[in-house]
Amino acid sequence: MKQETKKRLINQINIYRSVLILLVICIFAAFLSESFLSVSNLFNVFKQVTVAGIIGCGMTFVILTGGIDLSVGSILGFAGVVASGVLASTGNTFLAVLTAVAIGITCGIVNGFFISQCGIPPFIATLGMMTLLRGCVLVYTKGSPIPVKVDSYKFIGKGTVLGVPVPVIILIALFLLAHYILTQTSFGRSIYAFGGNREAARLSGISVKKTEWMAYIINGFLSGIAAVVLTARLGSAQSTSGQGIEMDAIAAVILGGTSLSGGTGFVLPTVVGAMIMGIIDNILTLMNVNPHATNIVKGAVVLIAVLVDKKVKDLSAKAE
Amino acid sequence: MGGRLVLKLESIVKTFPGVKALDGVHLEIFEGEVHALCGENGAGKSTLMKIIAGAQPYTSGAMYLVGKEVVFHSAKDAEKHGIAMIYQEFNMVPELSVAENMYLGRLPVSPFGKVDWNKLYREAQENLDHLGLKFSAKTKVKNLSVAEAQMTEIAKCLTIGAKIIIMDEPTAALAEEEIQILFRTIEELKKKGIAIVYISHRMDEIFQISDRLTVFRDGKFVASKLIGETDYDDVVSMMVGRNVSNLYPVRDYKTQEVVFEARKVNSRGVHDVSLKLHKGEILGITGLLGAGTIELSKLIYGAIPMDSGEIYVHGEKKDCSSPRKALEAGIGFVSDDRKQEGLVLLRSIKENISMSSLKKLTKGFRLDNKLEADRVQEQVKALNIKVSSAQQPAGKLSGGNQQKVVFAKVLLADSDILILDEPTRGVDVGAKAEIYTIMNKLTEAGKSILVISTDLPELIGVSDRVIVMREGRTVLEISKQEMNQEKILAHASGGVSENETGN
Ligand SMILES: Nc1ncnc2c1ncn2[C@@H]1O[C@H](COP(=O)(O)OP(=O)(O)OP(=O)(O)O)[C@@H](O)[C@H]1O
Ligand SMILES: [Mg+2]
Repeated sequence: MKQETKKRLINQINIYRSVLILLVICIFAAFLSESFLSVSNLFNVFKQVTVAGIIGCGMTFVILTGGIDLSVGSILGFAGVVASGVLASTGNTFLAVLTAVAIGITCGIVNGFFISQCGIPPFIATLGMMTLLRGCVLVYTKGSPIPVKVDSYKFIGKGTVLGVPVPVIILIALFLLAHYILTQTSFGRSIYAFGGNREAARLSGISVKKTEWMAYIINGFLSGIAAVVLTARLGSAQSTSGQGIEMDAIAAVILGGTSLSGGTGFVLPTVVGAMIMGIIDNILTLMNVNPHATNIVKGAVVLIAVLVDKKVKDLSAKAE
Repeated sequence: MGGRLVLKLESIVKTFPGVKALDGVHLEIFEGEVHALCGENGAGKSTLMKIIAGAQPYTSGAMYLVGKEVVFHSAKDAEKHGIAMIYQEFNMVPELSVAENMYLGRLPVSPFGKVDWNKLYREAQENLDHLGLKFSAKTKVKNLSVAEAQMTEIAKCLTIGAKIIIMDEPTAALAEEEIQILFRTIEELKKKGIAIVYISHRMDEIFQISDRLTVFRDGKFVASKLIGETDYDDVVSMMVGRNVSNLYPVRDYKTQEVVFEARKVNSRGVHDVSLKLHKGEILGITGLLGAGTIELSKLIYGAIPMDSGEIYVHGEKKDCSSPRKALEAGIGFVSDDRKQEGLVLLRSIKENISMSSLKKLTKGFRLDNKLEADRVQEQVKALNIKVSSAQQPAGKLSGGNQQKVVFAKVLLADSDILILDEPTRGVDVGAKAEIYTIMNKLTEAGKSILVISTDLPELIGVSDRVIVMREGRTVLEISKQEMNQEKILAHASGGVSENETGN
């Protein structure tokens, strides 16, 4: 009987482990800095993580297929500068958003084409795209930032609806939609089947190439959305924006418990993973830690979290 | 035989969440004997073997090696005590040579730390020669046939000084000729006093090579008997707890219209094959390894590319260039390799069963969860799949139940024409009988079946007509009345000259 309860406990921990890690970190944070728990700071954190969160959402699709996408940061950067450019010349918010999204989707299509149709390993294909697109950004901006001056566009990054920041609403809506797609549609099933065993999926009549392609398109699309949110919040598009965000997004997915080898995991915990990364950032800022040292802590937390995760998994495997 | 007792298991219990896989079983293994382990799917055979080989801990009980109690903490541990297991999924490095694989982690080195290649190849070759194996120790493993790879694993057991070698369904992936090679190797091992624990669902094999057998049922020990003290019916009734009198259902088939036709299809390994399948018919196709039977089936299903040829379903020309298109044309497929090609082991039984029917189960955008659960439950019931819940990962099921899940997937897709590659590989007699009955019912309901099998008694038992293939071509077509094992084998192996084939 005791063994039974132990097993059940471990299972519960398994399901909520990302939430547990989040709680532990929050408690730490609250001790380290008094201002952490203030409402304005918490909203601030939430706003900070929206960009990495939105990209993490798309990245979950890619990682569930067993792939990886390193180009998200560059897609974000490129979509951001071009959208801001369009905004600066036309003043049309709708057109700017459409541009960002179109660029995101196009980049996703190209990534997915090389990966699913030409069989190039995701790591290599997206590494190439990452460099290529960052080059495009520099050529487009010539290194100088493009300011965003249209209020309706800024609203997407800074506005609130009933007191809730717009980016947070976008984040929540996207995650719910992604969750629905992954758990309630045949496309979602295809993603899991593909990630679990590509050949079995193919022989079961699933269009594996389309499925894989679609994962990268979704990821590109969400990178485009993230570009709008980021440029709207910062009020300008920088040539460096989005640099390194792929690591935050991948870390969020892994902290959310999705397996890098594909086939298992959920999208909702990714938002928790993104929160964890965001809170670490926030607390270090509140404590006035040298910004250059932030990465040291973030990297260490990811390593520790994954280690703990593995230990818990081993434990539950043993309990069986 | 008559050797001393080397391994004794007493009251071994093993529980998994929700399942008692082993419930106080006993087993005694003597030096130099081939000991067959029999039982239905899920009886706990593999679980016990993993326990003996140190790959899995047990809940309670005791294990004695030559009279001394032992506890193994890992497979390495068990190997040190002379117990080795041949896994069905080979764990060898394909890019390395046979010799390197045999001594992996224990390569002989010179005093300066350099690998002593001469010694390595010499010793490896000696071990291969001992077993009467004909290939070189320098061959890369990726260039070996399945049987040769298996022999290499066995030779590896010798290099670690194994006293007991466990073989869990070793013949499942072998063709007839290769099985004979394996059996000769087993004889050699016996002569060296090595005990072999042998698991197989093919009864004829068990009676051919084993000295003693032990039967399990639902995780419980039923009996251990000398092979001379028992017979086929006895073993089967001990396994299933009732008599399985007629394994093959009586078929009453009268030729109806052609529903499927392949005209001069070609691909790698298949040359100009034409065949017709009639409504309600079970057409058997067989051949030795490399005869192109599996390739033919995959080609029809669009799983491998067709170089030339045409496929007609219900008289209409169809494009079957991908599995999805073949499914849409009404063709279903059960692969011979359920782990690699049949199942997504990580995902649940439910998801696996509905995988080919997602479109049908979708209402608007959304999968109809209730409908899916109902359909899956129907299949689980109809095929008598032993699961504690449909949410269980498919990988946790025993081999035979996994096969039934693949079957359920194809049945749920509701195709008119079913291609079954080795449909009963690794499936116990009881379940075999069930699968044959299901096949019979399906054909009565108007479906047509193409079954590829190297198990000749099965092929003859179920088919209305048999086509024999050799080197990618069809060499013989015979009706139910003329079928016999010798004739089929003779044509499959090319032991019959062209004039006699009756052209
Ligand atoms: N890791 C596991 N987790 C949960 N249940 C398991 C696990 N491994 C095996 N089982 C269950 O234990 C029982 C015995 O399985 P086992 O694989 O030993 O059967 P088997 O006799 O080898 O069958 P088969 O002839 O089909 O290979 C089955 O009910 C199976 O579902
Ligand atoms: Mg087994």
